Amino acid sequence: MKFDLFVLPFTVGLVVMVALLVFKYLKWLKALSREEKEKIKQNVFSFCSLKALKEIFLECLLHRRIFKVNLFLGFMHTSLAFGWFLLIVMGNVESKFFSDVPLNPPYYPIFFRFFEPAPSAFTFSAGFTFFMDFFLLVVLSGVVLAFTKRFYSKMFGMKKTTVMKPGDKFALISLWFIFPLRLLAESFTSGVYGHGGFLTGTVGRFFASFLPVGSLIYPSWWAYSVSLGVFFVALPFSRYMHIPTEALLIFLRQYGLKNGKENGVFSDIEINSCPRCGICIDKCQLASAAHNYSVQSVYFLRSVREKSVEEKVTFDCLLCGRCKEYCPVKIDTISIRQNQRSGYLPDHAEAYNYLKPARAQKADMIYFAGCMTHLTPAIQHSMLKIFRAARENFWFMDEDGSVCCGRPLMMAGKAESAKRLMEHNIAAIKASGAKLLVTSCPICYRVFREEYHLDIKVMHHTQYLLKLINENRVQLSHQDLTVVYHDPCELGRGCGVYEEPRAVLQNIAALLKVKNERDHSLCCGGSLGNLQISTAQRTAVQKDVVARLSVDHPDIIVTACPSCKKTLNIASPVPVKDIAEIFVQSLEQPAVLKHHVFEKEPLQKVKKEEIVVSYSNK
Amino acid sequence: MKNFGFYIQPDSQIDFDNNNRNLAALVSQREPSFDWCIGCGTCTATCTAGNFTGFNFRKVALLVHRGENEQALQEVEKCMLCGKCNLACPRGVNTRNVVASIQKIFSRYQNLVY
Ligand code: SF4
Ligand code: SF4
Ligand code: SF4
Ligand code: SF4
Ligand code: SF4
Repeated sequence: MKFDLFVLPFTVGLVVMVALLVFKYLKWLKALSREEKEKIKQNVFSFCSLKALKEIFLECLLHRRIFKVNLFLGFMHTSLAFGWFLLIVMGNVESKFFSDVPLNPPYYPIFFRFFEPAPSAFTFSAGFTFFMDFFLLVVLSGVVLAFTKRFYSKMFGMKKTTVMKPGDKFALISLWFIFPLRLLAESFTSGVYGHGGFLTGTVGRFFASFLPVGSLIYPSWWAYSVSLGVFFVALPFSRYMHIPTEALLIFLRQYGLKNGKENGVFSDIEINSCPRCGICIDKCQLASAAHNYSVQSVYFLRSVREKSVEEKVTFDCLLCGRCKEYCPVKIDTISIRQNQRSGYLPDHAEAYNYLKPARAQKADMIYFAGCMTHLTPAIQHSMLKIFRAARENFWFMDEDGSVCCGRPLMMAGKAESAKRLMEHNIAAIKASGAKLLVTSCPICYRVFREEYHLDIKVMHHTQYLLKLINENRVQLSHQDLTVVYHDPCELGRGCGVYEEPRAVLQNIAALLKVKNERDHSLCCGGSLGNLQISTAQRTAVQKDVVARLSVDHPDIIVTACPSCKKTLNIASPVPVKDIAEIFVQSLEQPAVLKHHVFEKEPLQKVKKEEIVVSYSNK
Repeated sequence: MKNFGFYIQPDSQIDFDNNNRNLAALVSQREPSFDWCIGCGTCTATCTAGNFTGFNFRKVALLVHRGENEQALQEVEKCMLCGKCNLACPRGVNTRNVVASIQKIFSRYQNLVY
């Protein structure tokens, strides 16, 4: 067996890294819940595994999602990851071709050129030499780009890159050293033996012309081995842990695992899969508009991983979901942050015992305007007009004010308290016997849909309005207006409702496209998710959003969230309206009023049959 | 500081022997906008919890400033964090963070505030 002392740093590093990783992964897998283990068992021998492999190829090696962010950034990541992968694979194949021993120690292919400096005798050796040089060149181009990115991040479409801690810097520098050192070691060797490919051979000859390459061979292989060893040992403790962990995450996700109501093993795996690429920094409006560069997901996740989470970082986030949408690893940063909030504030559900048993009224449909809609009465009034026009038998559940839906408490980490409010509302909703619940606020819509587990249909008013159009229950007149639509975070990214509001608007006005829409929409800044944001920062975000929405000079900015409406309105010279308001406008056009819907029978009277329901006081 | 000929009397309503003003100071430290409150009562008019109880943000602010801390806590627990007061406040007081801070401070440093 070929051996030399210099292979030890590499070998020891490799062994330490593998041992640490195996230990960590076994610990994680063991700590998964029974349900999660069951899911893995069910899916491991199914298409899910193949899908996971495909995703690993596309995302961990080719970095497809990063290419979508920026071409240079994508190429940098691909050249480093895919290049290194091919270098390892090709190196192994090459060493197998050359050696007659079936099993070689792991260092043999890595230091192949040292042990076999003149492998001209074996088949395909010229081809191997060419490809090994080519892949090394690809990786080196990635290193050059990575180095450049530290100083000219703008070239990569990024205003800010991640501010690193010493541990990460250490690992990063050792990684930067690996490939140039490999180039030197192989070139010096080629310089002496007169072999080598287009890269190592040329560089070797160049150095041989003025350096005593013979005496440099040995130290350069040592240096290469040491840099590899250092990187391996640093990997589990640095951001490079994401390399192996992201693959594990992709498998588990394909098997149906996701983050739950508490941060657990899965969120741990997600946190360790973050490469700190920093893509989430510029996308966060707290950074881009309010110049707050310390709370973004990359820093939050790092602090969770290092168990040094600051309260400020945990709560100073709009929970708008933009970072999650752009994250190339698709880490569920929002649920991790929200879960992290639990336990900070005392959670005394009994404090709400002041709530009297809920009152309900029999109706076919319930309208829940929501706290925020009560501050924007135009939305409420519009909805009431629409219900009457559509002759709904409805109960306006929070007409005289009501209990909050509970989501703001959930966002503040007070799950028990939220549950108490939810019980109150559920009792009333059930007792009314309604088949449909319509809400005007995306915050309420989301919590009714996801947490209330109602057995009736829940709709946001944008969906309800489209239903009215589709069922021909109203006739709208097209207006001479150009509008842009602002996707509210909770409705868009939160619930995936993108098409319905647009379909409604197309019936009413000319809908302009905006740059930041759908998944990539902006947050108005008024999110209830952020408990810490200062008024000045909120204003900065508002202004930025309004400016970006009004580039094409629309007549109206339309939104579908009372909070967005109020928040944007403060900063906007362009009128900001809710979709319900312009819907009513176009209903009230004279041509429409003649329509049979309004002339047929008189409006149905809402039956006033009030019931009082009690709910558990737990 | 330039004196424009006006004089503001130092706050005397809170100078009770038994009251502890630490909470007010801690809250202002955590949420500086607490000091901007002018007691206009806009928040009070909108308060969701105030619809069911006598609770409202302005009252809490007053209690905290007076150092009536225990009562302030009992009141503040009734808040649903719905955010109406936040949106309505003409002074830009981050009311929800004030509420959260009071709860947080109580759960952490009880000796400081009683
Ligand atoms: S959270 Fe996502 S976008 Fe942000 S640094 Fe981590 S991987 Fe990159
Ligand atoms: S959720 Fe929004 S505010 Fe929070 S870190 Fe992500 S992008 Fe920034
Ligand atoms: S108010 Fe609208 S844009 Fe603002 S956070 Fe809520 S949903 Fe997002
Ligand atoms: S609305 Fe604002 S300024 Fe007025 S009392 Fe409430 S918190 Fe104070
Ligand atoms: S957040 Fe609290 S204090 Fe403010 S309006 Fe809602 S319930 Fe009232």
